[in-house]
Amino acid sequence: MSKVIQIFSSRRTWAWPYILFMLLFVVLPLILVGVYAFTDIDGHFTVRNFAKFFSHSEAIQTFLYSVMIAVFNTAICLLIGYPAAYIMAQEDFKTPKVMAMLFILPMWINFLLRTVATVELFNMLGLPLGEGALLFGLCYDYLPFMIYPIYNTLQKMDNSLVEAAQDLGASRWQSFWKVIVPLSMPGVYSGVVMVFMPTVSTFAIAELLTHNNIKLFGSLIQDYITTTDLLNYGAVLSLVLLIIIALTSFFGDNNDDGEKGGMI
Amino acid sequence: MSKNPFIIEVNHVFKQFEDGKFALNDVSLQVKKGEFVTILGPSGCGKTTLLRCIAGFQVASSGDILLKGEDVTKTPPYKRPVNTVFQKYALFPHLNVFNNVAFGLKLKKEDPETIKKKVRKALKMANMTGYEERKVDTLSGGQQQRVAIARAIVNEPEVLLLDEPLSALDLKMRHDMQIELKELHEKLGITFIYVTHDQEEALTLSDRVVVMNEGKIQQIGTPTDIYNEPQNCFVADFIGESNILSGTMIKDKKVEFCGQVFDCIDTGFGENNPVDVVIRPEDIYIWKVESQKSKDRPADSKTDSQNIEDDPEDRVPKGKFTKWYGEVQSCIFKGVHYEMRVLAADNYEFLIQDYHEYLPGTEVGMLVRPEDIQIMKKEHYIYNYFEGEVLKNGKVRFIGAEWEVQPKQIEGLEPGEKVQVKVPFRSIDLQDYEEEGKLSGEVHFILYKGNHYQLTIRTDEGYDLYVNTNDVWDDGDRVGVVIPKDKILVESRKSKVESHE
Repeated sequence: MSKVIQIFSSRRTWAWPYILFMLLFVVLPLILVGVYAFTDIDGHFTVRNFAKFFSHSEAIQTFLYSVMIAVFNTAICLLIGYPAAYIMAQEDFKTPKVMAMLFILPMWINFLLRTVATVELFNMLGLPLGEGALLFGLCYDYLPFMIYPIYNTLQKMDNSLVEAAQDLGASRWQSFWKVIVPLSMPGVYSGVVMVFMPTVSTFAIAELLTHNNIKLFGSLIQDYITTTDLLNYGAVLSLVLLIIIALTSFFGDNNDDGEKGGMI
Repeated sequence: MSKNPFIIEVNHVFKQFEDGKFALNDVSLQVKKGEFVTILGPSGCGKTTLLRCIAGFQVASSGDILLKGEDVTKTPPYKRPVNTVFQKYALFPHLNVFNNVAFGLKLKKEDPETIKKKVRKALKMANMTGYEERKVDTLSGGQQQRVAIARAIVNEPEVLLLDEPLSALDLKMRHDMQIELKELHEKLGITFIYVTHDQEEALTLSDRVVVMNEGKIQQIGTPTDIYNEPQNCFVADFIGESNILSGTMIKDKKVEFCGQVFDCIDTGFGENNPVDVVIRPEDIYIWKVESQKSKDRPADSKTDSQNIEDDPEDRVPKGKFTKWYGEVQSCIFKGVHYEMRVLAADNYEFLIQDYHEYLPGTEVGMLVRPEDIQIMKKEHYIYNYFEGEVLKNGKVRFIGAEWEVQPKQIEGLEPGEKVQVKVPFRSIDLQDYEEEGKLSGEVHFILYKGNHYQLTIRTDEGYDLYVNTNDVWDDGDRVGVVIPKDKILVESRKSKVESHE
């Protein structure tokens, strides 16, 4: 009996279900992507899929376009999100909770529903769908992921640091650039990664907001994967995307020796 | 303007916060060039607010602040020739020690060689040479504090503001840093304004001490002045230990307390006026007496200078001093001295410090030199005075509640008439449970007056009541306030005004 108790009170025992889950749904799919990428339709090892990607100008163009859209979206989110987070984190700002709530409120519903609603909104206002609508939709969906980590770091920042900078002769502007911005970088990194990663692989938003006129890399992968004889090629595209995402998250990780921004 | 001896002048500064409370209530202060001034007070007394107004982080609601004769009341902090050492150091975590110290110089765009030289010199002053490349979060608290000091003095400010700079350090470190700060002040020759709640720190470091409480300056003086001649009960109680007793000034140089008349050196308090008497615990001489004698002893035993038993070392001054007697209640060893509580006539309790141990139960004689008796004007006598209004239902409204009073008190007064209400300190009852009282409030300040406590009760509506009681309460206790109806005295304002005319 006591042995049973011992087994159940051990932390390692409780970790097993999670380990199993992750093996099945995280590690195995990754291996499968790798395996498919390096095999042909009959299951033989090949690198021809990669060769195809590098000579396939449409795929490369779509890829570059997706990265560009993601970079644009991240930049817009940062430009809009940083000031918003900064205002919310000000000591004399009375209603940071309300404002945070307003930014986060749209996230209470599924993003597909939200995007469908955005399409309707655009139609109602008579605005054209297309690249502009796509950027708007992406920004609308991912802005909270930028604001929240920045707000978090700014809010935790000791106000006496700003006072110290001013005391040492820094004007408001100088203390902002020399103290507040450098100290909020961990939050900025988190925000950038959290916005960039999902936008570079998005496809549903693009399809809905552009009437399928603009194809992002995510849509391309979806097309190939759902077409049986191009599954292996789709796997290669997924792998390329994965590598890009991994690189961006390294970019974020290298800078987390200070306060981490905290993800939503 | 150059003849102005004051580097800082604070003139009638008020600072009111959004909730209506005054953090600074008519504060005026002048600081000379090169002075080391300490602002001392309990937490929430406004000392930090005053410092922040001088630094420019807060703007006074009214009044003005002059630096070198120039009005800086509304000048932003970065344009003031002062630098601050913050309580929690406020070092920039993203910069190393060198860049932290160089921060101000780089903003001034000084050339790199000068910056290097100045930073090195400042770090040397703060005993931090060799730490230039270290990250600030790898430093100990004391080292961080030194960097913070170096960062402030490197800009060669004319005034250095220090906001409780040592409060986060351990005791030993604090003592070392105190000595270093004192030396630094001498070396730099600039003005130091130092905020602390630690009275020992204030007394050891400063040229002058400013004691603050509740947004007001209570006393400004040299450390010895503050200690030996406190101007009111708050200062006496806050600085060091003291016996504060209610007494009566019979005439100049004669004061009565504890049932006896004592010689003192104070004059100008009038005749037969109630006063507060302060005696420091180390100023009372104490010796053992045979137990029966103390009880039979005549009230005025001025003459028997021979009667001091158990004084082998001849410690007790001989001469015509008034002596009084009591029984030791408790005795605690405090390292260098013993601290004893002695109960004397009329239930007066004295706190006494002496190098000799007298065990509880010992009958002792006590005396104090006239010059060690400090007389203070009583701030409050025995009545609380409130403004009130007579109501239609025969009650009187004051301090935010309706009170029943004896009918004769409001005889001849019209409803709606403004009146003055008097309630003796002794007559207010405090209840453990807030609900039992008509008003609830909090014990705000406690003063032990030798044989009773004088409490300041701050009601939830913000009124202060003074209550004399023998019960023991703690700071911050919630109480219910009850005033028996026969203890409320009502006076018409009209008759008062007329009688004045």
